[in-house]
Amino acid sequence: MSTAVRPQLAACPGCVAAPNGTVEQAPTEARLALSLPSIHCQACISTVERGLNAVPGVRSARVNLTLKRALIEADPDVRALDLVPVLERLGFEAHELDLAALSATQTDQAGRDLLMRLAVAFFASMNVMLLSISVWSGASDATRDMFHWISAAITFPAILFAGQPFFRNAWQALRVGRLNMDVPIVLAIVLALLTSLWETSLSGEHAYFDAALTLTFFLLAGRYLDHRTRAVARSAAEELAALEVPRALRLDSAGQPVEVAVADLVIDDHILVRPGGRMPVDGVVLEGQSELDRSLLTGETLPVFAEVGSSVSAGEVNLTGPLVIRATAVGNESSLHQLADLVAIAESGRSRYTSLADRAAKLYAPGVHILSGLAFLGWYLFTFDMRVALNIAAAVLIITCPCALGLAVPAVTTAASGRLFKKGMLIKHATALERLAEVDTVVFDKTGTLTNGQPRCDDFDQLSLSDQRLAYALAQGSDHPLSVAICRAAAQAGIKAAVVTAQEEVPGYGSEALYGGQRVRLGRAAWVGAEPGEKTAAYLDRGAGAPQALTFSDSLRPGAADAVRALLNAGKDVWLISGDAEGAVCDLATRLGIKSWIAAALPQDKCDQVSLLSQQGHRVLMVGDGLNDTAALAAAHVSISPASALDAARVASDIVLLGQDLSPIAEACTVAQKATRRIRENFRIATLYNVIAVPLAVAGLATPLVAALAMSTSSITVSLNALRLR
Amino acid sequence: MSVLTYLIPISLFLGGVGLVGFLYTVRSNQYDDPEGDARRILSDEWDDHPKP
Repeated sequence: MSTAVRPQLAACPGCVAAPNGTVEQAPTEARLALSLPSIHCQACISTVERGLNAVPGVRSARVNLTLKRALIEADPDVRALDLVPVLERLGFEAHELDLAALSATQTDQAGRDLLMRLAVAFFASMNVMLLSISVWSGASDATRDMFHWISAAITFPAILFAGQPFFRNAWQALRVGRLNMDVPIVLAIVLALLTSLWETSLSGEHAYFDAALTLTFFLLAGRYLDHRTRAVARSAAEELAALEVPRALRLDSAGQPVEVAVADLVIDDHILVRPGGRMPVDGVVLEGQSELDRSLLTGETLPVFAEVGSSVSAGEVNLTGPLVIRATAVGNESSLHQLADLVAIAESGRSRYTSLADRAAKLYAPGVHILSGLAFLGWYLFTFDMRVALNIAAAVLIITCPCALGLAVPAVTTAASGRLFKKGMLIKHATALERLAEVDTVVFDKTGTLTNGQPRCDDFDQLSLSDQRLAYALAQGSDHPLSVAICRAAAQAGIKAAVVTAQEEVPGYGSEALYGGQRVRLGRAAWVGAEPGEKTAAYLDRGAGAPQALTFSDSLRPGAADAVRALLNAGKDVWLISGDAEGAVCDLATRLGIKSWIAAALPQDKCDQVSLLSQQGHRVLMVGDGLNDTAALAAAHVSISPASALDAARVASDIVLLGQDLSPIAEACTVAQKATRRIRENFRIATLYNVIAVPLAVAGLATPLVAALAMSTSSITVSLNALRLR
Repeated sequence: MSVLTYLIPISLFLGGVGLVGFLYTVRSNQYDDPEGDARRILSDEWDDHPKP
């Protein structure tokens, strides 16, 4: 299943994707990557590294705790699938990653670029600040002029290099006739530099070189924080995408399976789907019998029986036996893609949300330009001195510099998403936190979201000991979810399996064997000759007497009950909308105390219900994992999906839940509310500071010292305010 | 004030050394895993002999 183990594949797309052909040494040499969502401390790092290094064939393993990821260099025959169980034995959840999909983010060129510029701006501003302090504390005449000239010599190249991101953004905005935050920034920097140079050449008293540099430094710091947060989210999101490899086994004319990309499949191809594999296309079963897990598509927990002639849809998982299918719909025609189209329609509604920062910038940018223009005009008319008027206009632009604004949002979102990341939540979308803060209604999906989608055996304890041992022995022969559940129950009870012979799995029916000379079976009702009951059940035929029924129910995901309770306590409206049968949904809703629930909902129904709630004025948070949820996820105001969800669902959602635990959802809402409050506070701080500083500037009282003090104070205040979130 | 002719270039040079040092750490991937590096210091695994 993994293409990551193929060295040539891991290297090539990375080389192609890497900018300027530069390839970083350390990461791309590693040929395997594992995601480790549960590591958090030094002991974990040592255990994982030691455990991996002990595996034969592993040359080196290094854990990256920031990304919660292990990079492994190993011999070509070592597969990631072999390493996962090793880590699971050590007590760590591990997932294989497709390095080919990851390598694009391995070298974070943009982040490194910003960091370099940040360093240059810092270096230059510190040096210029030293010279400026000498000037402010009394250097005069020739010394002052010399200091100013040295400052200029440092400042110009530094700004030319460090300010490039702003110049580029401002130019792009101006070219299409728009104003963005970068236009006033660039104008302030350029005007400050030009007037300072002019003043210096006339041996004037005031130069704003330090202000121009610190402005660049603070703004770059904001940019870098912003970038860092999103890079972490993006790389983790790609990490999730790297878990799926779109390949299929096509049967050639001789009936031999050949591995091909899913995109190359055409209608009427014969495709082999092995047990555990996912249907690549819609089709009809030609050969074989098996059971299909449809839970990701429809939310049904029970496996569906499939035999020759049954139709299958892309995305379903083949459980027990190999199937040969004939493709009836591929690519855009398949049911999977039609669902994805629903998402595209709903997505277009999402992008209409403007962030608080954008709304502030829209007011801010024209405001300061008008203000500084008026100051220039006023002073020119008052003094008829171009030099004074220009100096004052520059001072106004510098002092209203949006460095507090530029830092306010990134600092808060970085602190908030860092805190949520530690709890196992990944903020994918830039405005997700702001939207999450407004939520008043939460809609949950059932299977795979509130529940594990894994059945649990309810009445295993009620069997006699010999029956338990027999059931355990039969269940060991199969990978069917119900069998796995029996094995788990038996292992918990500490039971040994009975000794059976001639064990065989009959795909689609169950497992049978000889026990004490008698044929024993574990499987579906009709096969063992029992009456099928209401609930999900497997039947044990002991060779004598009536078959014994074993019933199953879906187990709750850890933290699900806590999350629902916390959300209800916070006064939010909680809904449960599932594609599963009414009994199961009703049962779960009463267990969790959810009053509003809808069962047997089709994907369109879910989407409609979410839209209906939105139209009633509610802000809806949708939590879901399946393909049947994707449209609803996209239609909701904000959406969360667990990492175990299908790729399409994760793409459609704003926040991804990395671990198994659901309880961080309620906390995420509170953190989001706090974060939005901090952002607003920061805006208020920035405004307050402008209210004080701007009249000073317009009155011509803003010396470079005052500008430097005011600018630094406001930036530090908003950063400290943001840190209160941690 | 003639001392300034030495001190200013020296201060710029020292600052420049710091800047070059920082750029070197950026280029050699030393900021890839800040959290892990902060914890690794607690490990005594390679205390007695360097990592091979």
